[in-house]
Amino acid sequence: MSILVYTESEGGKFKKIAQEAVSFAKGIANAMGTSVTAVTINAENTAELGKYGASKVLEVTNDTLKNFNAEAYASIVSEAAKKEGAKVVVVSSSANSKFMAPFIAVELEAGYVPNVTALPESTAPFKVKHTVFSNKAFSVTEIKTDIKLVGLAKNAFGVKESETSVSTESFSPQVNLGSVETVSIDKATDKVSIADAEIVVSGGRGLKGPENWGMIEELAGVLGAATACSKPVSDMGWRPHSEHVGQTGKPVASNLYIAIGISGAIQHLAGINSSKVKVVINNDAEAPFFKAADYGIVGDAFEVVPKLTEAIKKLKSA
Amino acid sequence: MKILVCISHVPDTTSKINFTDGDTKFDTNGVQFVINPNDEFGLTRAMWFKEKQGATVHVVNVGGPETEPTLRKALAIGADEAIRINTAPTDGFSVAKQLANVIKEGNYDLVIGGRESIDYNGGMVPGMVAKLTGFNFVNTCIGLEVEGTQATAIREMDGGKETLKTSLPLVIGGQKGLVEESDLRIPNMRGIMQARTKPLMVKEAADLTTETASVKFEKPAPKGAVKLVNTAAELVNLLHNEAKVI
Ligand SMILES: Cc1cc2nc3c(=O)[nH]c(=O)nc-3n(C[C@H](O)[C@H](O)[C@H](O)COP(=O)(O)OP(=O)(O)OC[C@H]3O[C@@H](n4cnc5c(N)ncnc54)[C@H](O)[C@@H]3O)c2cc1C
Ligand SMILES: Nc1ncnc2c1ncn2[C@@H]1O[C@H](COP(=O)(O)O)[C@@H](O)[C@H]1O
Repeated sequence: MSILVYTESEGGKFKKIAQEAVSFAKGIANAMGTSVTAVTINAENTAELGKYGASKVLEVTNDTLKNFNAEAYASIVSEAAKKEGAKVVVVSSSANSKFMAPFIAVELEAGYVPNVTALPESTAPFKVKHTVFSNKAFSVTEIKTDIKLVGLAKNAFGVKESETSVSTESFSPQVNLGSVETVSIDKATDKVSIADAEIVVSGGRGLKGPENWGMIEELAGVLGAATACSKPVSDMGWRPHSEHVGQTGKPVASNLYIAIGISGAIQHLAGINSSKVKVVINNDAEAPFFKAADYGIVGDAFEVVPKLTEAIKKLKSA
Repeated sequence: MKILVCISHVPDTTSKINFTDGDTKFDTNGVQFVINPNDEFGLTRAMWFKEKQGATVHVVNVGGPETEPTLRKALAIGADEAIRINTAPTDGFSVAKQLANVIKEGNYDLVIGGRESIDYNGGMVPGMVAKLTGFNFVNTCIGLEVEGTQATAIREMDGGKETLKTSLPLVIGGQKGLVEESDLRIPNMRGIMQARTKPLMVKEAADLTTETASVKFEKPAPKGAVKLVNTAAELVNLLHNEAKVI
């Protein structure tokens, strides 16, 4: 019996959420007196997972799995869990993990809890804390099945080093690609995605029009940040839908969220509650966002934002 | 084409979230319940299939009698028939099993659910339903076309989107993009009148054990007051030296 963790990679490199997931799995393993086995798909340098606490890595290398395929990936994770006799399986909360996790749950007859923010409160019974009501509350939920499936919320646990000696082993379960086939992928490789970003710069209706997004992109550029927006902004077509954050849009769990010309409606805040530090720039001191933010400037975005970009450039070149 | 839209009945997005009974139950006092926004996009897309391609549209909810107004609203928007599976939807896995039973009996070609319910944010029911019924599945679906038994779906993923080709029977976990906000329909008087006489069937639930159970709820610790600064330079200084995020 070990804890099985699925570690996501892109272009062969592990994502930060993979390191977080291993760190988290190690925490559970310590509490249960067992070890961590990671399963990887087309990842390189898999032994580096030892740094976060993995004792064993099951490496899957398969050219037909270049593109994510929920059915195939889920069956690999399920097979790995069976092979290891894992009682706890850890995945992340990326779009891909959330796509395949329900398949794993059914395959393993495992109760599944996503958006988990902390190590289990107890492991027997197995109780975990996770966000509910779009981050407006937490629930402590007991998983009653023999095998437990947990989805770790992004940026909630952090990456923790725990140097462990690690063995790697190639793993080639039978792969069934199912009948959902990728035709094309449309992914900007030069832009940071909201899901992966440490910093998100977001603009609202206060910016008046799409022509004013240059300064938002510049600020995001100097910070290495992703750009985002409020819902009306994407509804009006000023920005793509993929940038809309909030209750009905993307959730943001970055270290820093900078909201510019956004009023702070409850539905917007619901999507950004799990961001660590929130900054608001708004010319109306009464805007509700000031109640939710850590830092704020009451001022005109058109004056403040260029100055902010300059000040950050100065800091970075110092 | 026979379509089933899975509707979860959730607190309106502006609801205050409070708990009762020693923080073990959601306080529904003064809370207005609505069709889960992700499901409303799916229902509207289903209406398009009905009007343009002659599809039949059923809606289903796993829940108690209190969810019937939500189902009636879906009928008023244009669904042909509603089914309520009479049991409290305590965990996603058992909801999925209840739905899978109805789907197997009903010969549906397309099952439309939402990416997640905005109450418990499980994001698991449609995927589980697909696995339990053997239907194909596309999650975070932002575009869907069906021709004969072939389907083309667009899926949102982290940092982009992809186009997928698959076939019926199919389950999707949908969201905004399936249709636009401006396409959403407010039921009109005629729709509301018709909804009163459309069938709303109540089915007894299968007797199932649940896999997970919420033990208690907590609210996030209250936040300290915002720190207001006057200049960009001051802000950068604080973010760098105090918050240490840049
Ligand atoms: C069912 C439902 C779901 C929803 N889901 C979401 C969601 O997921 N995400 C979301 O964002 N919204 C959502 N909304 C909409 C939400 O209620 C708000 O309407 C929306 O967030 C407001 O967007 P905004 O802050 O950009 O615009 P506004 O509310 O118009 O605010 C603009 C702000 O800019 C400020 N401003 C103006 N000029 C300047 C200037 N020169 N410099 C600085 N500041 C300036 C103003 O003071 C104001 O505070 C939802 C609504 C509903 C009903
Ligand atoms: N009680 C329910 N009755 C019918 N459909 C549901 C129910 N709960 C969830 N669903 C469907 O599953 C989707 C995802 O829900 P969840 O897994 O609870 O986040 C929802 O958008 C609905 O389409």
